[in-house]
Amino acid sequence: MNFKKILSFVAATTLCFSLAGCTKAPANSGNGGDLIKVGIINNDPNESGYRTANDKDMKETFTKENGYDASFAYSLKNDEQIGYAQKFIQDEVDYLLLSAADTAGWDSVLKDAQAAGVKVILFDRTIDADESLYEASIVSDMAKEGETAVSWLESQNLPEYNIIHIQGVMGSAAQKGRSGALTDTAKAKGWNIVTQQTAEWNAEKAQQIVQSVIDSGKSFNVIYAENDDMAKGAVAALDKANISHGVGKDVIVMGFDCNKWALEELLKKNWNYDGQCNPFQADYIVDIINKLEKGEKLEQKVVVMDEKGFDAATITQDDVNNYGI
Amino acid sequence: MKENAVLELRNICKSFPGVKALQNVDFTLCEGEIHALMGENGAGKSTLIKVLTGVYPKDSGTIMMKGFDKPLNIKSPRDAQNVGISTVYQEISLCPNLSVAENIYIGRQKGSVLSWKKMNEEAQKVLDSLGIAVKPTQQLASCSIAVQQMVAIARAVDMQCKVLILDEPTSSLDENEVAKLFVLMRNLKARGVGIIFVTHFLDQVYEVCDKITVLRDGTLVGEYTISELPRVQLVSKMLGKELDDLSDIKGDAAVFVADENIPPVFEAKGLYSDADIKPIDFTIHKGEVNGFAGLLGSGRSECVRAIFAADKVLGGEVKMHGKPVRITKPIDAMKNGIAYLSEDRKRDGIVGDLSVRDNIILAMQVKEGLFKPISKAKATEYANKYIELLDIKTASVNTPIKSLSGGNQQKVLLGRWLLTNPEYLILDEPTRGIDVGTKVDIQKLVLKLASEGMSVTFISSETDEMLRTCSRLVVMRDRKAVGELSGEELSQNMIMNTIAGGEANGTD
Amino acid sequence: MAQIKTAKTNPVSEFFSKLFRNQIFIPIAALLLLAIFNLIADPSFFKITLGYSSDGNPVLSGYIMTILDYGSELAILAIGMTLVTAASGGQDISVGAAIAISGSVVLRVLCGTDSRPETLQAPIIVAFLVSCLVAMAFGAFNGTLVAYFKIQPMVATLILFTAGRSIAAWINNNELPIVSDKVFSYFGGFLPGIPIPTSFFIAVACMIITALVFKFTSLGLYIQSVGINQNSSRLNGLNPEFIKFITYVILGFFVAVAGFIKVSRLSTINYSVVAKDIEMDAILAVALGGNALSGGKFNIGASVLGAYVIQFLTTTLYKLEVSSEALSAYKAIVVIILVVMSAPIVREKLAALLKKIKASAAAKSAN
Repeated sequence: MNFKKILSFVAATTLCFSLAGCTKAPANSGNGGDLIKVGIINNDPNESGYRTANDKDMKETFTKENGYDASFAYSLKNDEQIGYAQKFIQDEVDYLLLSAADTAGWDSVLKDAQAAGVKVILFDRTIDADESLYEASIVSDMAKEGETAVSWLESQNLPEYNIIHIQGVMGSAAQKGRSGALTDTAKAKGWNIVTQQTAEWNAEKAQQIVQSVIDSGKSFNVIYAENDDMAKGAVAALDKANISHGVGKDVIVMGFDCNKWALEELLKKNWNYDGQCNPFQADYIVDIINKLEKGEKLEQKVVVMDEKGFDAATITQDDVNNYGI
Repeated sequence: MKENAVLELRNICKSFPGVKALQNVDFTLCEGEIHALMGENGAGKSTLIKVLTGVYPKDSGTIMMKGFDKPLNIKSPRDAQNVGISTVYQEISLCPNLSVAENIYIGRQKGSVLSWKKMNEEAQKVLDSLGIAVKPTQQLASCSIAVQQMVAIARAVDMQCKVLILDEPTSSLDENEVAKLFVLMRNLKARGVGIIFVTHFLDQVYEVCDKITVLRDGTLVGEYTISELPRVQLVSKMLGKELDDLSDIKGDAAVFVADENIPPVFEAKGLYSDADIKPIDFTIHKGEVNGFAGLLGSGRSECVRAIFAADKVLGGEVKMHGKPVRITKPIDAMKNGIAYLSEDRKRDGIVGDLSVRDNIILAMQVKEGLFKPISKAKATEYANKYIELLDIKTASVNTPIKSLSGGNQQKVLLGRWLLTNPEYLILDEPTRGIDVGTKVDIQKLVLKLASEGMSVTFISSETDEMLRTCSRLVVMRDRKAVGELSGEELSQNMIMNTIAGGEANGTD
Repeated sequence: MAQIKTAKTNPVSEFFSKLFRNQIFIPIAALLLLAIFNLIADPSFFKITLGYSSDGNPVLSGYIMTILDYGSELAILAIGMTLVTAASGGQDISVGAAIAISGSVVLRVLCGTDSRPETLQAPIIVAFLVSCLVAMAFGAFNGTLVAYFKIQPMVATLILFTAGRSIAAWINNNELPIVSDKVFSYFGGFLPGIPIPTSFFIAVACMIITALVFKFTSLGLYIQSVGINQNSSRLNGLNPEFIKFITYVILGFFVAVAGFIKVSRLSTINYSVVAKDIEMDAILAVALGGNALSGGKFNIGASVLGAYVIQFLTTTLYKLEVSSEALSAYKAIVVIILVVMSAPIVREKLAALLKKIKASAAAKSAN
């Protein structure tokens, strides 16, 4: 093979990795004396608005001022995350906070952590490992989010329910939880699901799905989108077709995740409902760390966070500021 | 088998679809002999080597070797190696990232436990005995090509080879390296190894070889000892022209007299390119037809490619009409009124999927520039003009050029360059692979264009074609110009003599 | 009698065999097939109704309008992808990521430092032009790797494919900027008073610009020549490297246009999913248009038609409410059929078959 070609390819690949690398390299923030040393492994904050908010919350909480010496590492790949975990164990952190990319493959590294006296706290995502390997796991209950939303919808007492159901990426925890509640209730109550398709969290695809229903001339009065992006796409299609939506209008719009801009839509009464998927886990983690530091025992390993559902009729500007991500 | 013969090939035949590559070829190699295998391209040299080394299966014939009482059945290069036939190719087929010693011994340790120290010692012995100055531990890639070749030879020698085939070993070596290689070859000869030497450098053949076998068009022309066969005879046998029959044919092109007051259309001094040619001096006047003569590989195409900057020009001065010009890429040459019909029609000429029309206007369009597109109507008009003028047989101007016959493709390409209205037209093998009628048409056209004032350089493998059209010939050998013939000197005989070098009957 | 008959059928069969061999046959045939299928399944597919949007503007709606609307970005990309394919014999797989970048640039310029501005911080045209420059710069990056470093196009563009969405995120500091400007939403929606989607007009404008460029320059000939035989092109005075390079820059421009429509549709961008997998659809459009993916001769009209065929298919599948998981499988099946149909060998066979049928029909009628 031509040497020049290889060289240029190597150069280009290196460039590629260095571009990607600048957001992902673990950042150490010095060694504090009596600070609590924590290593935080998260998914890439660029993944979604949810993740961005989650990372921001973590960064704001685990600061020197609050008594922490925190190091952060990001990856969407399990094996890279395991590598970071090993590094943190070597660095002798006190706590390892982990949002795992994948559920499997964590046993051995967590055993290492245990042997080294590093306490592990899981957040946002659970893993397939023995419970004894971690102190606590802070999670959202997606099924509960779905149930809250569906019971809100039920409480609207519509004369009939014709629902466009826009799903997330099939098989993801959020999709399963949020779809499950709607499908079960629709079956029990005899609600009509006009269409049920995945837009893969993608606004454009959601727009096309709703557009297709509009073009077909079928009537509908509820859009149940499993995240805010898809709800936005759906609304764009409604706007184009001059179909009114929001409080007291023709179509009820429901979204999830509580993006700030989505809550603002609620405030303007363009949307009707937004279910929270709480990214603010840092306070829960701090609680647990404080208890562990005092030597208290935790009542339960799995901590399910409080998650709200916002109704356009009752939402306030404060809600937008406090819960918007 | 003949006494002291180490290898005998009898009645070797090999056909490929549509081609008889070898027909009843005999070849005998004796112990301690350096035997040149000569022939123009397509003569069957490489096919013969490949049959001998098991790359191609032979259709019929026998291969006998000393020490074997039955004819050999060589099915793979591995078989060939096992019976003692080793080949060193122009492109080294060793492992560049291993050491010299490793390369000598790789892949043939049977059972014995390998000791690096012992291996290096053994390798040193072999290298010393052959007088190759290289350390066994050195990485092969860090050695020069010449040394790498010698290492390949050392490997062959250490494998007790009886027949060593050297396929164009000298083409990437400088003179010193060639001399060293020859010392090594003579050394092996003294040990009784039979060497088959494939090359197109005549000087080298006469310097180092004992015998010559000449092939032409897949048949055996004959086997000669060096002293029997003067160079000029060798050339005539390779080209297939009997010297005596041709000696009286002279150029019938009119003697061209340049007007001394007008500077030449094109003039080059010390021009050379990265295609490995010696710097050449060259001039052509208005209305003149000249040519480059020489065997294939002599560098004649590379010379004209340098003029057109088809290869990367590395040095030399170029003047047009007495004024210095800079020609670094083909477009520069085109803007200066030079046109170049390339030798390899398929690779460098036609744009296969495009129509005859687009192929005809391509060069003109490029010359005109991106922002002056030729309209479809105008393009059709141009195309039709040259279809008529050159009598191109095509269904329509929209027919893709690849569906035309070779001769008609060539005419389209000729039309392409004539359309650019050049002052100086270079035609490299314009008549190759086309029928006789078209050949004559093209020659006539060349003369007509010249009479209208165009300067033309005409290259052909068929010397009589050049004699008919050119008033002056530059003769090339071993990638440099070795002579210039014009007027009375233009005859087959003289061309061959000049190509061969030295005296007409001498062997140097 | 027989003679007269054959004389009559000859031009017809000639027309058909010519049509079969013509590049544009496959996308047209695919379009007809889809249209016939929908006509049989539900004729209301072709119903177009005139309504009024929430702003009181007249708006045509119906599946056909949806196809013209949503197929436009793909059609625009297909133009550029065709050129890149023709010149370099490879495809740019980074267009989706590049749309994320150029779309982010548009929003960044419009929003300034605030991610949710009350008013636009810069004129829309400025935002568009800046995004063009950025997208063309990234195109130039790809083009340099392909043309001058001679890296396989797919490998070269893999770099931007991987890094592009991270760059897009970085442009807006990981924030999701939202523009609330009526005029800005026109480009992905409707212009006041005009009932046809703006994106379709933009696509048509792109086609016209391209057609004009090819009419008033000889770029088309150069690109085909370089794609077919690089050696010959060089010896005819062309600079093959530069021509390959420039096709990637041109693709960059079309990427910017497509990205502009995309962000205008929703007035925001989600860089991780915007224009996801669009590169595959764009390459498919080129293939459907009967263009050789190994480069050489091209037909942009056929590619554009191919793009709308893909959108036709997508819309049909949405309409049929194909179960969400199976959507891509159905698409794949249709794609396989279309691509096999467009293979030259199959087309030659089809033409031969048709000739045979005609001949036997003629023979029968003669008897």
